[in-house]
Amino acid sequence: MWKIKPFDHLILFLGTLFLLAPVVLAVMSSTHSAVEIHTGGLFLTPGTEGAATYAKVLTARGGFTGDVTGLSMLMNSLILGVGFAVGKIVLSMMAAYALVYFRFRFATAIFWMIFATLLLPLEVRIMPSYQVMSDLHLLNTYTGLIVPLLASATGTFYFRQFFKSVPDELLEAARIDGAGPVKFFLDILVPLSRTMMAAIFIIMFVYGWNQYLWPILMTTDEHFFTLMRGIKAILQVWVGSQIPDYNEAFALAVLAMVPPVLVVIVFQRMFIKGLTESDK
Amino acid sequence: MAGMTLSSVGKTYAGGVQAVSDVSLTIEDGEFIVLVGPSGCGKSTLLRMVAGLEEITAGEVTIGDRIVNRLEPSERDIAMVFQNYALYPHMSVRENMAYGLKNRGTSRAEIEARVTEAARMLELGPYLDRKPRALSGGQRQRVAMGRAIVRQPAAFLFDEPLSNLDAKLRVSMRGEIRKLQRRLGTTSLYVTHDQLEAMTLADRLVVLNGGRIEQVGTPLEVYHRPASTFVASFIGAPAMNLMDAQVAGGRVLLEGVDLGPAGVAEGAVTLGLRAEDLSAAPTGLPVVVDYVEELGASRIVHALAEGQRIAFAHPPEAALSDRMALRVAPGRLHLFDTLSGKRIDRAARVPEVVA
Repeated sequence: MWKIKPFDHLILFLGTLFLLAPVVLAVMSSTHSAVEIHTGGLFLTPGTEGAATYAKVLTARGGFTGDVTGLSMLMNSLILGVGFAVGKIVLSMMAAYALVYFRFRFATAIFWMIFATLLLPLEVRIMPSYQVMSDLHLLNTYTGLIVPLLASATGTFYFRQFFKSVPDELLEAARIDGAGPVKFFLDILVPLSRTMMAAIFIIMFVYGWNQYLWPILMTTDEHFFTLMRGIKAILQVWVGSQIPDYNEAFALAVLAMVPPVLVVIVFQRMFIKGLTESDK
Repeated sequence: MAGMTLSSVGKTYAGGVQAVSDVSLTIEDGEFIVLVGPSGCGKSTLLRMVAGLEEITAGEVTIGDRIVNRLEPSERDIAMVFQNYALYPHMSVRENMAYGLKNRGTSRAEIEARVTEAARMLELGPYLDRKPRALSGGQRQRVAMGRAIVRQPAAFLFDEPLSNLDAKLRVSMRGEIRKLQRRLGTTSLYVTHDQLEAMTLADRLVVLNGGRIEQVGTPLEVYHRPASTFVASFIGAPAMNLMDAQVAGGRVLLEGVDLGPAGVAEGAVTLGLRAEDLSAAPTGLPVVVDYVEELGASRIVHALAEGQRIAFAHPPEAALSDRMALRVAPGRLHLFDTLSGKRIDRAARVPEVVA
């Protein structure tokens, strides 16, 4: 064991401070009124407007149609995040399963083609993707928001590597036990991949949650607005003498941070548990 | 319960590598057959072909009265025990054993009964609800065997099941496997590279080399009448001494010393001598002692006879000197052809010499 030295603690302490300071600033500032923030800058002390601001952000109707609330935006973001994560996991697991366990021609070539799509991020292919969705009349739908981004080279790669590390004898034992391809996948591989799924879920949920460009393009209907757009919308009202509702933007930003943090906390526990206990 | 027949079974891999060629073997119902040979001799490939995990490229495998060449592993009525146990890590011991039965649609009560019975037989009762990772190596191996037993198959296939265990556990598991097989009376095919394991377990041994059968026989047959120099050097510890000798006038001459009657034609032969058939004597084959292996109950003396290595058993209490003379027990000379390495069968050739 290392002896714990005060200096190490100092470094850790400073690091924590450095990482937490902006979050604390955002949380504290969101409890002050917009005017206070505009005149006094950011705050490190709690204000008095907190409850009112959060209540307003979550429930007040806004937008052109007047029925977009923070809550509905939160819902949309959740649908997007969870849809992304679950869809990507299902799709990439199945792709990896096919690549690893079935002998078909050009399997390696196909894998590298999938892998090469990493070089083509959404931003590069955003116009064609939009065109396709538009032709399919999927603009302003959850399907249109989620499906085009589901194919995941990263996920496929991770699952492929994981499946390759599963000993062949397990497959053979399962074959002798009379498990066909579907049964082997569902009964053996999926439970074994739990930790892998947790890891990918964390990454993909946060990725989906933070999507900004694609939802902006895909949705014009305010009912599909996500939190990320909401924050932006609040800050865009700088017209005349009106000042933006900084406090509301901060409140939304804080709210936007909560679900990813929860996801990480929940799944990280499972992730670590799986890592330390697993033996194949 | 069923016998098994392999007729001219062969395996050629895609690259043209011939892993197994022309293996024919008839296995009686309830017999314990051990396939033994060095690494890469094709023994595991052969077993996996019987299991249906490798495609059979030549010949036929029959289990019971069905040709199983084209059947899925699960339809062949076999159960297999793997070297690394291959237990499903996320299932409890009970689920591991029940999984195959569940897939075959066995009723829940029947599964429960069979698992309980197998657990009782293997003394796994207290561990039924544990995960494999919470078990020791020996216990995992027993679970793997339990998984095979509950299926009540026509044949058990063992693929080096004891290689991952420590020496002491291996000996006791060996005994357990033998007893269990006797009790269940299930035909078994067992692969190992450990000749001691092979000798102690088998009803009949199949010695494989380079994908071909070298010899099939009971352990004692194989030990006492090895069919080739390969079998002679592989079975038995220490390995049989193989030495260059001459046959002249119907007598075997090693370094000019007459060791006994040969019964074969003249010429150079490879002479096989078991260490325990050699003993020190006042006169005989002169050897120079090189070093001594102490085994407790006996000692193996490694010596040189005119430059050829020879090992012989020596009682621990008997005296040792630098130079000794050796005598061979009568009738214990094994003669092999120098080129093919095949045994030169004395009984068959004796009349020729007499005539």
